[in-house]
Amino acid sequence: MKIIVKYFAGIREAIGCAQEQRQTAATNLGQLRDELIALGGAYADALARGKAVRLALGQVMSDEAAALTEGAEVAFFPPVTGG
Amino acid sequence: MKEMPRVSVQTADFDVAAEIAAQRAQDPRVGAVCSFIGTVRDHTAGEPGKVSSMELEHYPGMTEASIEAMIDEAFKRFDIYAARVIHRVGVLQPLEQIVLVVVTSAHRSESFAACEFLMDYLKTQAPFWKKEQTPDGAKWVDARVSDDAALAKWGIQARNACAGLPRRTPASGICPAR
Repeated sequence: MKIIVKYFAGIREAIGCAQEQRQTAATNLGQLRDELIALGGAYADALARGKAVRLALGQVMSDEAAALTEGAEVAFFPPVTGG
Repeated sequence: MKEMPRVSVQTADFDVAAEIAAQRAQDPRVGAVCSFIGTVRDHTAGEPGKVSSMELEHYPGMTEASIEAMIDEAFKRFDIYAARVIHRVGVLQPLEQIVLVVVTSAHRSESFAACEFLMDYLKTQAPFWKKEQTPDGAKWVDARVSDDAALAKWGIQARNACAGLPRRTPASGICPAR
């Protein structure tokens, strides 16, 4: 399915991309993360298991079990540091 | 009467007195007004004079929506009349204001609690990221395990600083690697 993926902060810098449209075979956020890690290079480094990465789906904090739907907006970012 | 926005994410500075007056809104039920201001400090990790500026990034759309939801939760938990959060983004210098939380209620305990609740909540769940400019270059600020602990006292698991990593976070405050 086609989805929109956004990246923020250090992850955005490492990957060199703020936003992209992706064609994915993943059905949930965890599978999507694995799919991106499998791309290797900067994706693998930035999203590696063992790195603290937060996930959002439809602009709401989510976890790896969250199910993807056609046209969904997903975001990967580091732990937040506002306030 | 025009509806006042409860959440603003903006580059512009804010006027605390004007915002407090707006929240008090000539409401005779209000007996207590609590406010919190977060400001830019001039040092990073205990080294005075090292931060020259800070840049705040955020997730447009999600930022405002998430803070609105936090305010909804504050209204559920505490008997308050009004709440407002302003959070700045962009480049800020030491001494500048970053964030404002204003809450009104009849009595002080509710305002104090709701104000602290909103700060603890947004520290670990609102999608902002701080980048400090130092003489040695730019560095993204690390999330703190202590902020997760602060949200836990309200019965909410933050899962921010150690997101996705094994649950037990040691007293050292350093997230365990997988």
